[in-house]
Amino acid sequence: MNNILKLGALAAVSTLVLAGCAANEDVAETPTSAAETPTEAVVELAGTLNGSGASSMAAGQEAWIAGFQIANPGVTVNYDPTGSGTGRAQFMTGATSFTGSDSYWKDEELLEAFPSCVAGTMPWEFPIWISPIAVIFNLDGVSSLNMDGATVAGIFAGEITMWNDAAIAAVNPDVALPDLAITAVHRSDESGTSKNFTDYLSAVAGDTWTVGAIEAWPAEFGGEGAKGTSGVVSAVTGGNGTIGYADASRAGDLGTVAVKVGTDYVSYSAEAAAAVVDASPLVEGRESYDLATNIDRNTTASGAYPIVLVSYLMGCNDYMDDAQAELVRAWASYLVSEEGQNAAAATAGNAPISAGLRAKAQVIIDAIK
Amino acid sequence: MTDIKPKAVRRLGDVVFANLAFFAGVSILATLATVAAFLFAQSVPAFTGPPIDAASDGFLSYVIPFVFGTVYASLIGLAIATPLAVGIALYISHFANRRFAQVLGYAVDLLAAIPSVVYGLWGILVLAPFLSPTFNWLNENLGWIPMFAGQVSATGRTMLTVGIVLAIMVLPIMAALIREIFLQTPRLHEEAALALGATRWEMIKMAVLPFGRPGIISAAMLGLGRALGETMAVAMVLSPAAVVSFAVLTSTNSNTIAANIALQFPEAGGNYTNLLIATGLVLFAITMVVNMFARWVISRRAEFSGAN
Repeated sequence: MNNILKLGALAAVSTLVLAGCAANEDVAETPTSAAETPTEAVVELAGTLNGSGASSMAAGQEAWIAGFQIANPGVTVNYDPTGSGTGRAQFMTGATSFTGSDSYWKDEELLEAFPSCVAGTMPWEFPIWISPIAVIFNLDGVSSLNMDGATVAGIFAGEITMWNDAAIAAVNPDVALPDLAITAVHRSDESGTSKNFTDYLSAVAGDTWTVGAIEAWPAEFGGEGAKGTSGVVSAVTGGNGTIGYADASRAGDLGTVAVKVGTDYVSYSAEAAAAVVDASPLVEGRESYDLATNIDRNTTASGAYPIVLVSYLMGCNDYMDDAQAELVRAWASYLVSEEGQNAAAATAGNAPISAGLRAKAQVIIDAIK
Repeated sequence: MTDIKPKAVRRLGDVVFANLAFFAGVSILATLATVAAFLFAQSVPAFTGPPIDAASDGFLSYVIPFVFGTVYASLIGLAIATPLAVGIALYISHFANRRFAQVLGYAVDLLAAIPSVVYGLWGILVLAPFLSPTFNWLNENLGWIPMFAGQVSATGRTMLTVGIVLAIMVLPIMAALIREIFLQTPRLHEEAALALGATRWEMIKMAVLPFGRPGIISAAMLGLGRALGETMAVAMVLSPAAVVSFAVLTSTNSNTIAANIALQFPEAGGNYTNLLIATGLVLFAITMVVNMFARWVISRRAEFSGAN
């Protein structure tokens, strides 16, 4: 018995020791050789790329990392969904090489130093993640309702309390609205989804929705609070006559609202969400490599859906470490490519960016050094 | 006759064990001190730094709804759990046959093994819809009581649901503790009562309950401590609003401190994080007060408690 035990222990120890000599361990140690061999037809990328930021695109980042690492086995990309504010702060300490953020660089942030970038140069940014926010409701037998911005604001501000209210019935003549109380569900936790939805409400119905773009719901408007997108969706699903707002990819088979844009009623869709980003003006006073956009919630562009959450990809124009620049160029190119956007859309349900935005972003990416 | 006191024999084992026990005790104190120091240090910027949007009217007006919500939810949970726990403990110790008492004991202890996130999911998906018709009935028929007044929530995610979930979560601890206390009742007292012609219920009323009272209170305080700190179940189940509300059937309920921290922390930045930690310090203080009160109550009947 003792001999068997000794033999078993020897086998276990030798297995563990020999496993340390595995061949796939030393790939991460080789420095990027691509910069020294520009004449090679196929450039083998290698290295580690670290980024952090918005959790709204976390699912998309997972799909992108998977796709990129399959195409470039020598590269390891890490994305930590810490939240937009923390992500930008980490980029400003030089801890990361790129960051994802639900809001664009503030003017005062651009005055700070960026240790990852060569001194005196600024970071670039462009929209990379467009996520439509659907207004979902649960009413027996009704799968779509038309509403204009003022009606939606009135419902969520607690002013319109019944489903068969005149404002809703007027624009939905062929729907039998029940005599049922409306329960408006909002997010009980702070989130970019709330911020973008309330930004839309205050832009289209500022006199009904008086509190502006907020993350924490004001108590006097009433309604139910639920934790996270899944909380809102399950609260709307579980009640009768409930209405809420959530990321469109999780709407499932709940009824959705078509909002009034110009003179039409537009349902959410990938093309409609991408269209509003193209129709919106860029922020004033920024350089050509900064595509910060003020989403025009009052847009009248046909077929544009204004309730969207837009997240940006940010990085340096001139990296201190040229090897990192190489990696970021390849990474960002993959993210804006049709293949990359479709890969993310397949798993995370975002709206792929339009060809126009892709072309503008590629110009910025090509200039990274 | 000499009166030399013989020196006590101390071998290596004594020295090692005594020191290990000492360090174990000290490490607990050190950990508590570290946590308290962290809470104080991280809370200070909330008061001395620039004003925070969320607490625009000052710290007190920000934290009072949460303190109220924490205490209210825990009291509702305790009010439901205490009679249930006493009943279960009595049944296991005095009424059930030995085999079934064991099975019931295991089942109750198993409730403690369920993670609080699972309780949260169960609360939203099963309990809230199930209780919704009952809430509507309560509101229609007993709506004149302020507690049951107001616009009933359509989804059932109310303070009362949270109270019931909290009660189920603290039940195993309380039932286990009270069961042990009741099993410790002096047999002589019980036999004496029975010998004098008392029925089983009268015997329990005369011998078991008075003996077990400090134990029931200490178990209740332990349960209260657990309920005060409960985070995920409350964060998922409750529909919160920043108000002080006594109504238990509506959608606008006061949130608890722990649930608020869980909801706001991921997206909080800068000073707001410090504000949330300051509310955590308030919770720490409340729990300390509750524990001190419990110890005082138990100390009045010190001979029956193993905690002294």
